[in-house]
Amino acid sequence: MSDVRLLTSSFDPAEELRAFTAALPMAGGIVSFLGQVREGGGIEALELRHYDPLTLPAMEGLAARVRVRWQLDGLLVIHRSGVLVPREPIVLVAAAARHRRDAFAAADFAMDHLKSESWFWKREKVGGEWRWIEPRAQDFEDIGRWR
Amino acid sequence: MKVKLVFLGRLEEQAGYGFADISPDSPLDWPGLVEHLGSELAGAVGSEKVKVALNGALVADKYAITVNDGDEIAFLPPVSGG
Repeated sequence: MSDVRLLTSSFDPAEELRAFTAALPMAGGIVSFLGQVREGGGIEALELRHYDPLTLPAMEGLAARVRVRWQLDGLLVIHRSGVLVPREPIVLVAAAARHRRDAFAAADFAMDHLKSESWFWKREKVGGEWRWIEPRAQDFEDIGRWR
Repeated sequence: MKVKLVFLGRLEEQAGYGFADISPDSPLDWPGLVEHLGSELAGAVGSEKVKVALNGALVADKYAITVNDGDEIAFLPPVSGG
């Protein structure tokens, strides 16, 4: 079971994880990653833009690649689009497997690829001014680990 | 004919709009397409780092593109998700 969603309004990560886990009683290990808008640095808001024809289909394609690479009982990928405020959740990935190693690796791989290969453009508002965020070199190094 | 242009990320800011319709007389190749943009924007979309989607599908070689009536062209700068 893969559950892949692109959301334009806020979500409750705890409730999503509860429902995901409840549906997978046979999974021995569930690893999750939650990314949220960090507070501080004068950041007033974060905006994620996407392009409908590409963004969700590519997220689904990524989920399919993860499922081929690791033996999972379930995979959850939720990514926000739109304007977010500090402490709001941006992304939730959870991987459920019989054994923890597959679950850790699958969630790690999914996050690295969401960060550097998914069709999202991000800008932040500081002091009333929006500025686009460029991809970081670290993101490309992270994804290079899987090649 | 009518062609829809879509600018994502910082290209939207450079263009000053996210969408635009152009009405060329005939199908366009890449040089013909960028002629419809301002020189600054033409330079930006010409960068190797900017990818192009034609009708929602990523184009392998944007410089070899042909744009026809009713097409939607999206200009995609480097992504920054998560």
